[in-house]
Amino acid sequence: MVEIRFEIVELINGIKDFGLYFVHMCSRLAEGMVVSVQIFFCTLFFSLLLGLVVAFGRMSKHFIVRFPTKVFISIMRGTPLMLQLLVIYFGPWFMFGMKISSGYKMTAVLIGFAINYAAYFAEIYRAGIEAIPVGQYEAAKLLGYNKAQTFIYIVMPQVIKRIVPPVANETITLVKDTSLAYTLSVIEMFTLTKQIAAAETSMMPFVVAGIFYYIFNLVVAVTFEYIEKKLGYYR
Amino acid sequence: MYLLEMNHVRKTFEDVEVLKDISLKVKEGEVVAIIGPSGSGKSTLLRCATLLETMDGGEMIYCGEHAVHSDKDGNAIYAKPDVLKKIQTYFGLVFQNFNLFPHFSVMKNVCHAPLKVQKRDKAEVEQKARELLHKMGLEEKEKQYPFQLSGGQQQRVSIARALALNPKILFFDEPTSALDPELTGEILKVIKDLAAEHMTMVIVTHEMNFARNVADHIIFMEHGVIVEEGSPEEVFHSNNPRMQEFLGKLEK
Ligand SMILES: Nc1ncnc2c1ncn2[C@@H]1O[C@H](COP(=O)(O)OP(=O)(O)OP(=O)(O)O)[C@@H](O)[C@H]1O
Ligand SMILES: [Mg+2]
Repeated sequence: MVEIRFEIVELINGIKDFGLYFVHMCSRLAEGMVVSVQIFFCTLFFSLLLGLVVAFGRMSKHFIVRFPTKVFISIMRGTPLMLQLLVIYFGPWFMFGMKISSGYKMTAVLIGFAINYAAYFAEIYRAGIEAIPVGQYEAAKLLGYNKAQTFIYIVMPQVIKRIVPPVANETITLVKDTSLAYTLSVIEMFTLTKQIAAAETSMMPFVVAGIFYYIFNLVVAVTFEYIEKKLGYYR
Repeated sequence: MYLLEMNHVRKTFEDVEVLKDISLKVKEGEVVAIIGPSGSGKSTLLRCATLLETMDGGEMIYCGEHAVHSDKDGNAIYAKPDVLKKIQTYFGLVFQNFNLFPHFSVMKNVCHAPLKVQKRDKAEVEQKARELLHKMGLEEKEKQYPFQLSGGQQQRVSIARALALNPKILFFDEPTSALDPELTGEILKVIKDLAAEHMTMVIVTHEMNFARNVADHIIFMEHGVIVEEGSPEEVFHSNNPRMQEFLGKLEK
């Protein structure tokens, strides 16, 4: 009887300790979480905008615009993001002998992420724009819309509906890719996790990191599901 | 004066001469039907008339204003963009496959261009749109989206959409060929009603009885040339062997 009670107390204490340790770890990793979330939102904002510019370059009538854009997209998609980050960070020094301050790290990460994701988004936009039937353009022309009006009122809303699922996919990948900022030892979630795990020989940081990325992505997925539903009023 | 005059129109696609010296004139209030076998260039002619396609030679005059004139060799020279922009407002086109805007409600499909392009008054545009939708038998469908409508209903919305801009002339490219036979009748009736109101129309159609009953003037095209034209009486009783063959094939 006494022994059983002792075991229960021990179990409860064990859970308590675990809980406290978990909360403690979360607070130590909080700084990293904030940085990861920052990288995520900045990348999303800049790459979604830049992607539009790249998409138009890719669809340009002029070869001198279209071809370099095509090469750019091809390189961005054909080489590892990790390598791109290194080139952007160390490139100025190797190529021009410029001094790199450590403050440049975060900037390099954001530039790397933004242009890499812009290439992916550009291809998504292009596919979306090219999927709009030519009849929509012809109808718009007959009704007197000019090119800008046709794009804003007729094409873009339909493109947005079409690209939500692929953009959602890329965004989920982006959440996980933020961990690549670790390459330039920006103190984000993953860098911190590895440091603490190594220092304390503990699994706990990895558990917290796993839960963090999972919940982050759950929020992203639910948000996109909501957007998709909102746009479901027409086919 | 003619509402539309096309003279000696030529159009070539990759070495294939699709339109060879086509001339036609449309008077105000007149209904012109264009008939002919598949591939004869009917759609191409309408697309040239509506500036969706550029012609290689000939001239095109809307209400006395030159959209296209020809140089001394007969090559087509288009007017300046601002002139074309003005001429663009004179005509409307009803497509075979409707081309409604799927993300706009029925009402918005009809009102959007008058509001955003012509910048007309909202109350006036909406009233006009309601009138048109009523005329098309769609007063219940204002808030629906195109995917919720039958093909015939979608086509009637697209006719209302074209009419909302007050065109002087309306072109139809096989307005019923994407529809089930039961739905064809409702579109033909709408066009008939418009004809009774003296709407000027040019209609490409395979519906011979309809062309016969509604058109003032029929043009029979084949291989990019006008083989026969005239009143329905004249054309349907023509002695032209090609014309007779075409009509004979249809009757079988
Ligand atoms: N954009 C294009 N490029 C190349 N050839 C074309 C193009 N549009 C039409 N053609 C060709 O021009 C010819 C006439 O086509 P058009 O569509 O005007 O015929 P149609 O009389 O409308 O036929 P249908 O009754 O089948 O609609 C066809 O041989 C077609 O293949
Ligand atoms: Mg055709």
